[in-house]
Amino acid sequence: MTELETRERLTPGPASSAVVWEYAPSLESTDHVKVASRYNLFIGGKFVEPHSKKWFPSLNPATEEQLSEIAEADKQDVDKAVAAARQAYDKVWRRISASDRAKYIYRIARLIQEKARALAVVETLDGGKPIKESRDIDIPLAAAHFFYYAGWADKLEYAFPNRNVAPVGVAGQIIPWNFPLLMAAWKLAPALAAGNTIVLKPAETTSVSAMFLAEILQEADLPPGVVNIITGAGATGAALVSHDGVDKVAFTGSTDVGKRIQRSLAGTKKKLTLELGGKAPNIVFEDAPLDQAVEGIINGIYFNQGHVCCAGSRLFVQESVVEPVIRKLRERIQTLRVGNPLDKNTDVGAINSKAQLEKIRELVESGVDEGAEIFQSSCALPQRGYWFAPTFFTGVSQSYRIAQEEIFGPVLSVLTFRTPEEALEKANNTPYGLSAGVWTEKGSRILKMAQQLKAGVIWANTYNKFDPTSPFGGYKESGFGREGGLHGLAPYVVLS
Amino acid sequence: MSPRLAVRKTYKLYINGEFPRTESGRYYTVTGKGGELLANASRGSRKDLRNAVVAARKALGGWGAKTAYNRGQILYRIAEVCESRAAELVDELRRQGSPAADARREVEAVIDRWVYYAGWSDKYTQLFGSVNPVAGPYYNFTVPEPTGVVGVVAPEEPALLGLVSRIAPAIVGGNTVVALTSEKQPLAAITLGEVFETSDVPAGVVNLLSGIKSELVPWMAAHMDVNAIDTTGVDTQAIATVQKTAAENVKRVVHFDAAGIGWDDTRRSQGPYAIFDFQESKTVWHPIGM
Repeated sequence: MTELETRERLTPGPASSAVVWEYAPSLESTDHVKVASRYNLFIGGKFVEPHSKKWFPSLNPATEEQLSEIAEADKQDVDKAVAAARQAYDKVWRRISASDRAKYIYRIARLIQEKARALAVVETLDGGKPIKESRDIDIPLAAAHFFYYAGWADKLEYAFPNRNVAPVGVAGQIIPWNFPLLMAAWKLAPALAAGNTIVLKPAETTSVSAMFLAEILQEADLPPGVVNIITGAGATGAALVSHDGVDKVAFTGSTDVGKRIQRSLAGTKKKLTLELGGKAPNIVFEDAPLDQAVEGIINGIYFNQGHVCCAGSRLFVQESVVEPVIRKLRERIQTLRVGNPLDKNTDVGAINSKAQLEKIRELVESGVDEGAEIFQSSCALPQRGYWFAPTFFTGVSQSYRIAQEEIFGPVLSVLTFRTPEEALEKANNTPYGLSAGVWTEKGSRILKMAQQLKAGVIWANTYNKFDPTSPFGGYKESGFGREGGLHGLAPYVVLS
Repeated sequence: MSPRLAVRKTYKLYINGEFPRTESGRYYTVTGKGGELLANASRGSRKDLRNAVVAARKALGGWGAKTAYNRGQILYRIAEVCESRAAELVDELRRQGSPAADARREVEAVIDRWVYYAGWSDKYTQLFGSVNPVAGPYYNFTVPEPTGVVGVVAPEEPALLGLVSRIAPAIVGGNTVVALTSEKQPLAAITLGEVFETSDVPAGVVNLLSGIKSELVPWMAAHMDVNAIDTTGVDTQAIATVQKTAAENVKRVVHFDAAGIGWDDTRRSQGPYAIFDFQESKTVWHPIGM
């Protein structure tokens, strides 16, 4: 790291034209939120100690202090959770009326809305994301997802005309650490609406908001066992995925793990959906409104510290506007406020974990070593906690690791192109296909690019937009199946 | 000690988020099953109707511009407030002549109907909109949009469920409504106005008029700023006249015949097609090319 640090200091600071505003701290209060010192598993509607009798620490990545202790579910715990889900499915959930299912899900949506601020604080404490984002994006969207799918519960015959619509059964769902509560909502809401019961496993570094959600499920009087939440790391997830009592697996996470899961399900009748990694192209044409585009580039890669599977991590700039775009990026990156995630002014928070920070550093090193030119914000980083300054590389060749591998951090690779055809060729030159961005004032070009880009979501003159009504998911090695919208119901139903 | 003397509610109109008496000053008598006086209801006039249409027109832009999610939440809020005022609504239906069990069932169906249509707010466009594969390099899509100001003539019975079943699909689709309540049983319908007023429904989105239907329906059918009329509660023999009058400004005429279905049939007396009845389809062409 020392060599890189030296190089970082060598990178020039902001151009003098950049105005850096000083902001007085504006800290979100945490005294209204009570995080328990230890959380157990949520099985059959109750919090139960893990069979393993083991708990592992969950850290606040901004301080490295322990926030809570999380139960580690072993195979017996997974058995118990799947059994509870099966019983709830057979005895209750598949039997109650569709409109009652809807009412339960509406209750969950309302409870999330009621507790929104507390949930936002928990999300920020546990995951390191800026309070601005957990407050304005994660939590409201989580509530919106439940609200949207609640409405589908008694309307499934309109989503799948001329078919009998039945639930799949017990769903095993594994979610990542970048949007913990939101990903839980993406998974739970459509599954519940379609009449499935669930065993959900949150990521090991961000389980606390899932436990708050468990309390919400209790308050909503959701019948015991309809949703079970078991915590743990990879081994727990593997036990869940391979459990015979699971009819449907939904996974969001890395492409590596996704491939492993797909292999492990071979020969079974389990339904599978995968939402995996990405290396999204964000393409800026010379006629684009450059200031807007730069905001979109910044949002595309530095939103949530770049811990976003659809992050616009490969920027393609048309050659004629490379100079102004890079200049504006250098200035803008310098104005990003990096630091305490609880500060309402913070734009970029803490890296989610030490392991992730090491991965980012390793890939950034490789970029420097392979010959790309690095530029980093000269922002001061806190002494404790996991931090990485917003970074971008220029002079990146397509063969560099930083242009091919998902970094999952606040690191952007800038490449250039001359013609739209070249942009398409380069943009599609990746095994991933989750999302893409296009910036141009020309409508017909947007639509042509959208037609030709091999990605599941195309943002035109905007980026990182999410809505429960809008399907999300990937092409190629970014996975299959869609979450959100009418399409998001399909993985959770059996049609006959 | 003498028993406390009750304070009685004055049943008025609901126009533009307010509860005015009819400008005409007229009233008509609403009686219970045994002929007892229930209320001196406002006998709405042509002028009241016109005021209501002005309010509905004014509210249309803002209501249609709200996000579907927002409209859905407001409809859900209506359900919440109906639930908390269920006892009052049941009591009014009973006083108007419904047996207790029927009244309770009707109010429950009303609440569930609001929840049901709340859920459609951000979904019906996904059913009725389309991307059209035209033979050429064009991106071509069709989206439904609200028709505009909808006049609803509520059926006489069920006084509350019938009204709600016709209003809900119109407003969830972004239209605004002027509704004539059940003539003989307007009490619960007017209380519903209080529900709207306390449910974040913007003023003018729903306007409720009690009165003599045979007097008001022709004016509603003839009004040039009403875009659609729901004749569900119009007397069978009067429908042809309404249809003819409606042609003057090419009103969309919608009629739901509950006979043989039953208003509480959750499969046939509610559905997205009731929303689509009050929608226009807009098709957009855009070239595709570099």
